[in-house]
Amino acid sequence: MLAYILSRILQAIPVLLVVGFIAFAMFAYIGDPVASMLGQDYTEAQRVALVHQLGLDQPFFVQYAHFLWATLHGNFGISYRLAQPVGSLIAERLPATVELAVTASVLAFVIGVPLGVYTGIYRNAFLSRVFMVVSLVGVSLPTFLLGILLILVFAVALGWLPSFGRGPVVHLGWWSTGLTSWAGIKALILPAITLGMFQMTLIMRLVRAEMLEVLRSDYIKFARARGLTARAINFGHALRNTMVPVITIVGLQFGGIVAFSLVTETVFQWPGVGLLLAQSIAVADIPVMSAYLLLVSLLLVTINLVVDLLYYVIDPRLRVDRGAARVR
Amino acid sequence: MSVGGAGAEGLPLPLREGVGGRGSYTPDPSPQPPPSRGGGVFAAGRLARALDSDMLYSFRRSPVAMLSAAIALILVLSAALAPWIAPHDPMDLASLSLLDSFKPPVPMDGSDWSNILGTDNQGRDVLSAIMYGMRISLVVGFCSIIFAIFLGIGIGLLAGYAGGVMDALLMRVADVQLTFPAILTALLVDGVIGAALPRTMHDELQIQVMIFAIGISLWPGIARTVRGSTLVERNKDYVMAARVIGVRSWRIMLTHVLPNVIGPVLVIGTLGLGLAVLAEATLSFLGVGLPPTQPSLGTLIRFGNDFLFSGQWWVTIFPGIALVLLVLAINLLGDWLRDALNPRLR
Repeated sequence: MLAYILSRILQAIPVLLVVGFIAFAMFAYIGDPVASMLGQDYTEAQRVALVHQLGLDQPFFVQYAHFLWATLHGNFGISYRLAQPVGSLIAERLPATVELAVTASVLAFVIGVPLGVYTGIYRNAFLSRVFMVVSLVGVSLPTFLLGILLILVFAVALGWLPSFGRGPVVHLGWWSTGLTSWAGIKALILPAITLGMFQMTLIMRLVRAEMLEVLRSDYIKFARARGLTARAINFGHALRNTMVPVITIVGLQFGGIVAFSLVTETVFQWPGVGLLLAQSIAVADIPVMSAYLLLVSLLLVTINLVVDLLYYVIDPRLRVDRGAARVR
Repeated sequence: MSVGGAGAEGLPLPLREGVGGRGSYTPDPSPQPPPSRGGGVFAAGRLARALDSDMLYSFRRSPVAMLSAAIALILVLSAALAPWIAPHDPMDLASLSLLDSFKPPVPMDGSDWSNILGTDNQGRDVLSAIMYGMRISLVVGFCSIIFAIFLGIGIGLLAGYAGGVMDALLMRVADVQLTFPAILTALLVDGVIGAALPRTMHDELQIQVMIFAIGISLWPGIARTVRGSTLVERNKDYVMAARVIGVRSWRIMLTHVLPNVIGPVLVIGTLGLGLAVLAEATLSFLGVGLPPTQPSLGTLIRFGNDFLFSGQWWVTIFPGIALVLLVLAINLLGDWLRDALNPRLR
């Protein structure tokens, strides 16, 4: 077990170093910080002094090491666009994104699992077919278009929910939350549905497929023969055994939540990290982009690691090689 | 099926021979050898034969496939023929009049038949803008997926056929990239190139940049599939035979292995086209895609979004519907193709 954990962690480190290298290369070679900091009039001596001060005359690997060291201390440089440290820019927007992503994931899980169970058990029922068609549309509907449709219906036509922003926010230390007031919760509803829709359809289809498979197995037939109630069979035996692959896939799909939080935040002008990145890319703000790349890759690598470990914990039958084969 | 036909033709021959006896046998030119099905068959010939039989049959049996093919065909044709069949030219600024701005679509008050789907804030016909926009969306989508397929096939073949360190290295790169969602990769690549290029070149090169960014974001899936099939094909007898007679490695890869691993790529490529079109629309919607001078469907939706609150919903909803129809049709066709090419699912 310990050897397995260690080997997974050791595999993750080169990935992070490579991404760090890409981020560094972006940082170092795109755009010319010296030219933009010196302005129009400068002497050669000033230029050399600045180059020396920034450490740009050092060997390549020394610069890379400096970059990694600064990054590990939370120093990501200064945003070109906002002229503020990137670290604090991201820290102040992080709570908004985390709140949105967590709400969307919970929503997707809470709605997706029951729908999947229902469509799995009553696979030919009329309602099941309706759910399947709707889920197909959910898969094909781009996130931003879903957001626009929801705004059109619930904000413009009906006027029930706000269409942009986070509503009133309460600061608790370094964390800020919009969940303490009704207005804040109302502002969260539409973005959370928009972001969670794809995950929900994914979970529903997965649970359905797994249920169909499990319900055909011998132990379910045996449970029926024993005369267990439908509820005990469906939820106690069938659903339980569908959860391992579902949790794995959902964990691995978390990257999708991160990527599409960017789109959702742009549609709803939600003041999170994704909106910051979208605005930064439009004006080529490299420090923000490289910091985002680093943080997201750290997050995704960590999640992959946790999922791998969960796999090992949940189902001891799965050895490393078989585990890799089951993650489709 | 050609095999059955060749067998039935061949069958009467020994019978005739038996009846007539050995001496009366006349050399008959009819017993042609059955068409070779071996290694040197190219993808085109295989495709033609497949279209000839099973594929077409399965296609005619599937209403979903036929409907989505019809929708895709209509959309692609209306996009391709836009300069000739579009009711107006949205790029021709001289023909636009602000007096025509924000005309609603047809059944509503104040609409007229020359602008069936209404007009936008500059008096541009929405239907024509959609047709021209879909043209750009499709061009970017097709080019990106073809770029991704070339990249994926090249890397996948190389990794699968060469094996060893090359395989480990290339697949590790693919794994790392697969950790990131494709859309995020495309966004960052697009952003980095945008930052590296001088400002003045942005607008003219943006289509190429988008194709590159989206193509780069889609190659790992294709490369993995190709590598997987290549690993299987590599150990088959025909490859061994080619090796023994001294055919060069690159030739074996391209003319012998490639035709046998191309099937799954067709499916991934179709589904990937849907992904590429969506990626382009998403990037354009985020404002880092195509410039206003070359509006794609995503750009149109982004512009229309500004008028949502003043009630002109049609400016953004109709391009949105066109996009969803296009992607849905492509995805359904891809699903059908996957099932039709996979004999286990029949």
